[in-house]
Amino acid sequence: MKNTFARLAATTALALVATAAAAEEKVVVFHFFEYMPQELIDKFTAETGIEIVMDTYDSNEAMLATLKAGGMGTYDVSVPADYMVKIMAGEGMLDEIKEGELANKGNIEQKWLDVAFDAGRKYSIPYQWGSTSFAVNRDVYQGDIATTDILFDSPAELAGKVNMLDTQGEVMAMAAIHMGIEQCSTDRDQLKALNDMLQAAKSNWVSFNSDTAKEVLVSGDAAAGMIWNGFNAKARAEGANTEYAYPKQGYIVWMDNMVLLQDAPNRANALKLMDFLLEPENVAILTNWTQYSAGIEGVTPLLDEELRTLPEANPPADAGPGIFIEACDAETQAVYDRIWTALKQ
Amino acid sequence: MAGGTVSGSTASSTYREARGWLLLPAWSVLLFFSLAPVIMMLIYSFLTKEHRGGVIWEFSLSAYDQFFLDRGLFGDEPPRIQWTYIAIFWRSIWQAGAATLMSLVVGFPTAYFIATRPATARPLWVFLITIPYWVNLLIRTVSMKFLLREQGPLNDFLQWTGAIDSPLQIVNTNLAVQIGLFYSYLPFMVLPIYAAVERYDFALSEAAADLYASKWTTLRRILLPAVKPGVIAGCILVFVPSLGSFLAPDLLGGARNFMIGSLIEEQFKGNAGNWPFGAAASMILLTLVLLLLLVFARQQARAERRS
Repeated sequence: MKNTFARLAATTALALVATAAAAEEKVVVFHFFEYMPQELIDKFTAETGIEIVMDTYDSNEAMLATLKAGGMGTYDVSVPADYMVKIMAGEGMLDEIKEGELANKGNIEQKWLDVAFDAGRKYSIPYQWGSTSFAVNRDVYQGDIATTDILFDSPAELAGKVNMLDTQGEVMAMAAIHMGIEQCSTDRDQLKALNDMLQAAKSNWVSFNSDTAKEVLVSGDAAAGMIWNGFNAKARAEGANTEYAYPKQGYIVWMDNMVLLQDAPNRANALKLMDFLLEPENVAILTNWTQYSAGIEGVTPLLDEELRTLPEANPPADAGPGIFIEACDAETQAVYDRIWTALKQ
Repeated sequence: MAGGTVSGSTASSTYREARGWLLLPAWSVLLFFSLAPVIMMLIYSFLTKEHRGGVIWEFSLSAYDQFFLDRGLFGDEPPRIQWTYIAIFWRSIWQAGAATLMSLVVGFPTAYFIATRPATARPLWVFLITIPYWVNLLIRTVSMKFLLREQGPLNDFLQWTGAIDSPLQIVNTNLAVQIGLFYSYLPFMVLPIYAAVERYDFALSEAAADLYASKWTTLRRILLPAVKPGVIAGCILVFVPSLGSFLAPDLLGGARNFMIGSLIEEQFKGNAGNWPFGAAASMILLTLVLLLLLVFARQQARAERRS
């Protein structure tokens, strides 16, 4: 019996030591999948001694749902897109970053400092920004691709070979741009026309894939597909002869931002991570890897030559306007849900 | 231990008294992992939805209303029967049924083969069946996509043999989904049937043969009735998870059409953010599955009473 107790005590002691070791400095990041290079994670730990613990999600909505379903208090920071920063701030899920708490806040580019989704940058810092439109395999189709007709009124060569992103927000925003109507329009005739247009366009679509949006283009499963600009640069690097389009009707612009979550268990470390991600040197490592764009001063000279001249990151002069996705109100969202369900029925 | 006197009779009565407590772990597992989530789902399905996920604690039937009644694009037309969700459910049932049938056709002979090997060799065969399932389901599903795609090994091989002239379009079709589900859940078919066939007394087959029964008759009248519980268990174990699966439909089927699983996922992880409707769809699915199990169980009981 005595022996058992001794063993028990030893085990307990071991367990305590293990927890103590695990409780060393860390920051818990809730992040988009495949969105932070290992090199940068290691660099942060080497410089600060703080370990990055990461969980990933595959859409802004999935992140919101996880946090709403009891994830608050678990994570320190997450990386929502523009419209989602506004939603989360409105729901009281974000912690305000007080003046002076971020030493490098001055590094944020002027045009990204006072943004509509977070006036004065009270809750967020820029992570990366870029655009969403589509890419076309040039072996299959050689015609003009600077038009949203590629997706919604596809030429014969691309019919039945188009991949769409499997997210309602991006598809509906692109559809609204195609029709030249306002996002989240409440006009019934416009909504009916939007519904009819999507129903007709669907016959040209082979699949709805977000996670594998790049992979289906590289493998040739799709000959055209909605995609984020940086992902197409990666697709080309993997050997796909795809060209990213900046349609004349317009395209989606997005900015992902790192936010400080309410009830962050490691708030001080989270601020250190944010400061780290405002250093041009670190942002350059990130940007060279994602192949999107940074919103931080002093990054451009540190970028790879190739990235500075990348067609995906440099819209041509005749490109349409870049448009941020809007979050619809409850009533319009209900109509959008019906359109989306009917589309995927 | 603390009681002091330990004789045979008191020990057993102590045991009997303590039995309630000893079952506590089992009961708490049942309560926390089975019952509590289902009850929560039931409650949520009758609550009011909050915009972008979450619920408002007010009683509402609108989730079930949305499932069964079609009130037009803007939600203000007179209600008609809503076929959209019924169609989605029917498609899922059909896909899961096809996958179950494929598993049965392949799984039964496999299980029979393993069960008729020498007793020492059987564990090895079972081991071989389970090896691929040590790998994550996602990776296996993606690998399946690589095998089936237009420029994949399957099409290359078929073209090389001259069996086909142009590559078969399998990925992004219903067939791909069925193959994916079949592959995902095959061991759940093989293992219960194997367990049943292994217990089967092959002397019965020999007796049947002695009485001039053909092999087909022996299979149909002797073996199949004896291993029927294993077959039914296998079918249920494949059919039920296939019904709610969304990995194979998304990756192999191209997610062009909702299945039950992806419809529910959209309510929680997608833009819809309609938790009560997701909960209601889950409850309806659960009810369907329970009804199915009930029918099987009653049939089973009737068959046992007859014999």
